[in-house]
This record gives sequence, structure tokens and C-alpha cells, in this order.
Amino acid sequence: MLALIFLGACGDGNPNEEGTSNQSNAEVNAAESKTADDKGLGKFTNVELTHPLDLKMIDAGKLIYDVKCGSCHRLSKEKLVGPGWKGVTSRRKPEWIMNFATNAEEMLTKDATAMALLEECLIRMPNQNLSDTDARNILEFMRNNDGDK
Amino acid sequence: MKTTIKPLIAIAIVMVSFFGTSCKNKGSKSGSAKDAASKVYVEPGKYDEFYNIVSGGFSGQVSIYGIPSGRLFRVIPVFSVNPESGYGFNEETKPMLNTSHGFVPWDDSHHIALSLTNGTHDGRWTFINGNNTPRIARIDMKTFRTAEIIEIPNSSGNHSSPFITQNSEYVVAGTRFSYPMDDDNSNPDVPINTYKQNFKGTVSFISIDPKAGTMGLGFQLLLPGFNFDLARAGKKASGDWVFFSCYNTEQANTLLEVNASQKDKDFIMAVNWKKCEELVKAGKGTKKKVKYAHNTYNEETHSAKSEILTDVTMLDSKQFEGLVYFMPCPKSPHGCDVDPTGQYIVGSGKLAAIIPVFSFDKMLKAIAAKTFEGNFEGIPVLKYDAVLHGEVKKPGLGPLHTEFDDKGNAYTSFFVSSEIVKWNIEKLEVLDRVPTYYSIGHLCVPGGPTTKPWGKYVIAYNKITKDRYLPTGPELTQSAQLYSIDGDKMKLLLDFPTIGEPHYAEAIPAELIVKNSIKMFKIEDNKHPYAAKGEGMAKVERKGKEVHVWMTSIRSHFTPDNIEGIKMGDVVYFHITNLEQDWDVPHGFAIKGANNAELLIMPGETATLKWTPDRVGVFPMYCTDFCSALHQEMQGYVRVSPASSTVPISFSTGTNTAAKN
Repeated sequence: MLALIFLGACGDGNPNEEGTSNQSNAEVNAAESKTADDKGLGKFTNVELTHPLDLKMIDAGKLIYDVKCGSCHRLSKEKLVGPGWKGVTSRRKPEWIMNFATNAEEMLTKDATAMALLEECLIRMPNQNLSDTDARNILEFMRNNDGDK
Repeated sequence: MKTTIKPLIAIAIVMVSFFGTSCKNKGSKSGSAKDAASKVYVEPGKYDEFYNIVSGGFSGQVSIYGIPSGRLFRVIPVFSVNPESGYGFNEETKPMLNTSHGFVPWDDSHHIALSLTNGTHDGRWTFINGNNTPRIARIDMKTFRTAEIIEIPNSSGNHSSPFITQNSEYVVAGTRFSYPMDDDNSNPDVPINTYKQNFKGTVSFISIDPKAGTMGLGFQLLLPGFNFDLARAGKKASGDWVFFSCYNTEQANTLLEVNASQKDKDFIMAVNWKKCEELVKAGKGTKKKVKYAHNTYNEETHSAKSEILTDVTMLDSKQFEGLVYFMPCPKSPHGCDVDPTGQYIVGSGKLAAIIPVFSFDKMLKAIAAKTFEGNFEGIPVLKYDAVLHGEVKKPGLGPLHTEFDDKGNAYTSFFVSSEIVKWNIEKLEVLDRVPTYYSIGHLCVPGGPTTKPWGKYVIAYNKITKDRYLPTGPELTQSAQLYSIDGDKMKLLLDFPTIGEPHYAEAIPAELIVKNSIKMFKIEDNKHPYAAKGEGMAKVERKGKEVHVWMTSIRSHFTPDNIEGIKMGDVVYFHITNLEQDWDVPHGFAIKGANNAELLIMPGETATLKWTPDRVGVFPMYCTDFCSALHQEMQGYVRVSPASSTVPISFSTGTNTAAKN
């Protein structure tokens, strides 16, 4: 399984991505042991988390979740179409989450973690047309769901 | 001599039989240029240079092709129902096809008019006429959907339509058939052979809101009873005028083929629309009682509404000086086309052996000097020689339509001699001719009817296909042909099949459209009263005998997908909201036994299918548009119980717990 992912990631023959792929491959391993440091692919390279959680952002995040995410993601650990969200903020870097929420198309073809999830779920996560602010609000909503303070 | 002739004859016979056989095997002569393939080849994944927006004729629709490839991209449902998308079948679009005659699910669409700013294409809207039950539709080029349809009262056969003025102030609608009109504007019960006493004609000016594009019935002109065929608005100096071709000035009511071909000349009618508009603004028109439908589609509610309106402002053309003049034009003119400078008006007499070209300047002078040869029912008829720029001699047989390039040349289609003839407008000289296969009707140069023709190609829309394609029984594909006009000589590049019978078409540079084309509807902006914006809003509610289902679809499930408590005698409304927010992810919806059609729901949109169960049982529903690897899993069940049943309304997704016995 891991070998397949590795080959798949490098298989497009783009030498520039080889390093990233190796790293990502290692990260897939690491993901399971919750030591991920992969930030995914996209515009978010450094997301500052603040405490305490921002209530307005949580509320805005819930509205987006209800319309655009809740069809496929439970708030528990239960997998529906996509994985349940419980614990996602400790499994993934905030940057990875926001990048995946706004740049799923690219990550599903290049990011090893995202590609591994696709093999599990078999449905490509759709681009739900989230703005940068939407993605940040969703992240806050996830942190709240995970009991972060 | 004798000895030499015999072998020659023998050779000739051999050659004839050889070519004869060869023709039989190969079908018709191709006629294409040697380098044609490379000129029309658009690499896989690459875009065409032009959109070709083509009337669908008796299909009632509009079709979209790429030029130069001739590839068909889309058929836009306009005047005819379309079960494929649910247009005219779903609850949201049924009002689009409402008329004063009730729901009319078909029409005959003939002429395209693209919106203009300063006489050039702006890529905002496409207008198209419905011929049979007089209507004009507006298509929004952001969505390629029919946004609006307005019915034209006091009209029968809306053929002379929807030609557009240079800043999209108006599209016109001239009645092809005149018919009896009394003072109340009704269509009274009179003998048909009282045509000359009772029948009248009208042309309507449909106003266009400069920002929203919304159409309104600006005003109508009351005119003598004969047939109004085609029209063009003036340009630049002639921009205040619209020119209409008129035939059957004999006012025959039967066997027009013979009886409307008696006179040597019919008319091109010049209407000063600015002057009409001023009179209407000054309150000089008369309000008349009419009945017509105005149907508008709202992109936020994803729903159409139909209003029946009841009055029109009428100007009686013979009561006002300076509004309308007739220019004599030989032999039942059809096309009436204005060149890019706005100076020349080309009339195409279907039975004429020449093409008359009228001069706008001369027309103004003749009007000022009152150079009239008489009047027709009170409207001045200008002297032919006084308004004529000149005649193109021996151009071909059966001229129909003329388009223009940006180099002072005109391209006229000839139905009878089946050819396109290129000629110089100033000099009236024929420059080139090329055969069409077969019997061309309309033709199109990209930007040809505007002040800024884009040139490059002329496209022929043919009336007869015959042997150009693999045969498909008695009914053949309709066909178009693409010619290059870059050089001195026109060259045939491509045949491509079309839908319906294509009448007029326009072509516009792709970049004017592509930049505005939207990819999906924002779910946040969805104001449909039954939208379920998120699965939390999915529900089923009973209102008496009506059951409303608020349903969502996303790759790849419906919510709810198990519904119970429907009873015989209920009418079920499935309101499906597509929660996707990405390009090219429509979902479909179909349920067994539905007597209408499917739904095809674009991302962010809500659409409604009405379903009246006709028997007890469990009925499957499913997504019809392949949406993901688990598309085949996108299904559900609706249980229908007897009318006397006490099964309560219930709904769920994903519960999947087995019933206990």
C-alpha cells in the first residue's frame, strides 16, 4: 500500500516533486502516530492559532459546516463519505487542513496524505468553493469540536 | 479523320463511365480546399476561436458550436421543452413557456441577435424569436440559459425578429402574417377574403433594459396589411432607423406562391424608431388592450414567474409624418441587410435577377425633397431611382441574405443557384463565387451584421443535405459549411451537422464570452423557497394532499434517501438542492413512473420534480448524471401506501437498521 502511494506520487515524472513526495510518504507513516508535520500544498504556510478560541469564528464555521461539509463529514470519529472530524486538529497541521479545504483538487493528485485518504474513501473531496476566511473559520470550528480551548 | 475520331470517342466513353462510377462510389464532390484539414483542426483540449450561436429552427432551441472546428458544445432549451434538463417539465421552468394561449411547449426559432454596444458585439445576451406563437427570448451568456421570454401581441408569425439596434435599445418584431384587427385590436371573426379591408400589420419595438437586459413591450406601429419578412437596424449615421423587407404587397390571402409574386416590386420599409420613441414619450400613442405573457427567470430563486400583461402603446403609422417610408424593392424581398458603415441597405428579392443596394444618404435626400412615386395606404413610397445606390447585375439565382466583411465586401447567399457570391459594395462588382452543398439559406460572417466584422470565415446554413453525410433514412441531418474568406477566393473548409433547421446564426470571438461564463451557483445566494442548504435542512412535510421533500444531493448520496408515509392520492414535490460548489458537478434525479422528466441540477441550484404516484409500492429514485466512483450507489426509495394507510411521514439517510418482525 505504501509502496503504491510512493510510486503514484512520483509517477508523474516531475523531478521537482520527488523530495516532497518522499517527505510526504514518510508523513503518511507518521500521520498514524500523530506526529505529522506536513503542511499540505496551497497558499497557507503559516497559520497562527490563538487562545482562547474565537467564538465568532466558531459560529461562522458551523454555518459553513452545515451547508458545505456536513453531508460527508460527521463530527464524531465515524467515517461517512469522508473521515469523521473528531481529532482532526491533532492528526493534521492547521495549514494542511486549510490547504486541503481550499485546494483539494491539487492535493488529491500530489499530497501523499490526501492521496492515501482518497484510496480509503474513493470519493474525491469536492472543491466547495471556500474562501480563505471560510477555511480559517472551519478550522476554528474543528478545534472547538476537538475540545481545544 | 474517321480512324482518329473513333478511339477518341472510346476514350471519352471510358472516361465518362470511369468518373460516373467514381462519383457514385464517393458520393458528392467534396469541394474542399487542399489545406482545409489544418485550418479547422483544433487540438484536443484547445479552444475554438469563435462561438457560433445558431438558431435551432423547428427544434425551437439554440445551439452552440465552436468555429473553426464545427464541434457542437451545447443545445440551449428556449422555446421547446427539454426532458434532458427538465426545462419546461420542472416546476421552476414551466412558467417560461406560458403564453396568452396557455402552456406552449414548442416553437420555431429563426433568428439570432447578439447584444451590441456602439454597434459591436458585447457578449452579454442572445435574443431569438419564436415564430409560431410570437415570442422573443433572451439568453444570458453568463449561464447560457434562457433568462426571459416575452410574447408579442398583435402579431402572427413573428418572423421579422429579433433584429437589434446598435446600442441594444430595442429588438424588433414584425408580424409575418397580417390578420384582421379592429379598433379594439381584437382578431375579429371576418371572411378571410376581406384581407384588403380588414387585415393589418404591426411591428413591435421591444425595449431592453441597458443593465439587466429585461425586455418590455416598448411600442407598436400599426401598418398596412401584408407580410413583414426580415429586418435590420441601421448603424452609425443610420442608427435611428430600422429597415424591414415586405412582401405580398398584392395583399393576397391564398396561393401566395403565385398571387404574391404579381408585382414587379414590393417594399423595404424604413422606420425612424427614434422619432417613434419621441412620440411615445410625448404621449402621442394610443393605449390598446392586449394580452401577452412576460416570463422571467430569477437566478437567485432558480425559478421563473409568468405575468400576463394587458396593454400596449400603439402608433398608427399613417397618422404621423416622418415615421415610415417605403422603398420599392424588386420581387418579394427576403434579406434586408445593412453594411458595417450604415450607409448601404441590401435588399434580396427572392425572385430577382439583380441585387439592389439602397443608399441611406439618398434616402434622406429623397425624403427631404419628397421624391415620392405615390403612397400605399397613406404611407409615402419613395422613387426607386432616387434611393438606389446601384444594382449588382447577374449575381446568381434566388438571393436571400447578405453578410459583410471588414474590407467593404458583401457575401450574399443564393438559394436557387446554391452558392455564396462575394461582391464589392461600392463598385457593385462580383468578385468570387463558391458552391454550397446544397441550397444555402442564411449565412454568417463573425461580426457580419455589426459595425466591426471579425471576418475570417463565412458559414453557410443549408436547406438541403442530400448526399453529404452517411444516410440515416428519409430524415437527414441538417448541415452547415465553413468557408475561409481570408484571401481573394472563398475556400470550403468543413461540413458540420446541425440541429433543427438552422436559420440565422451569429459568431462572436470566444474571449468576449469565456471571461463572463459562470461555473456554478453560489449556495449562499440560493433563495429558492424550498432550498435545503445543508443536510440539516432536509425534511419531508405533508400539507394536506401535498407532500414536499426538501432533499440534498452531494457526491454521492441524497438526503433523505428513505421516505415513507406517502399515500395514494398524494402529490409529491421533490425539491432537490445540489450542495456541490465546484464546476461541472451536476446531479440528476429520476423516480420510477414520473410522467414528466428528470431533473438536472447544477451546483448550488434547487429544482423541483412533481410526482403523482399511481400505485402502491416501493419506488426507486436515483442520480442520472454520473457524479463519482460511487454514482451507482446514489439512490434511494420512496414507499407509497394505500390512501387508508396510517404509516406516518418519516425520512432518513444512513440509518439502515433492519425492521423488527
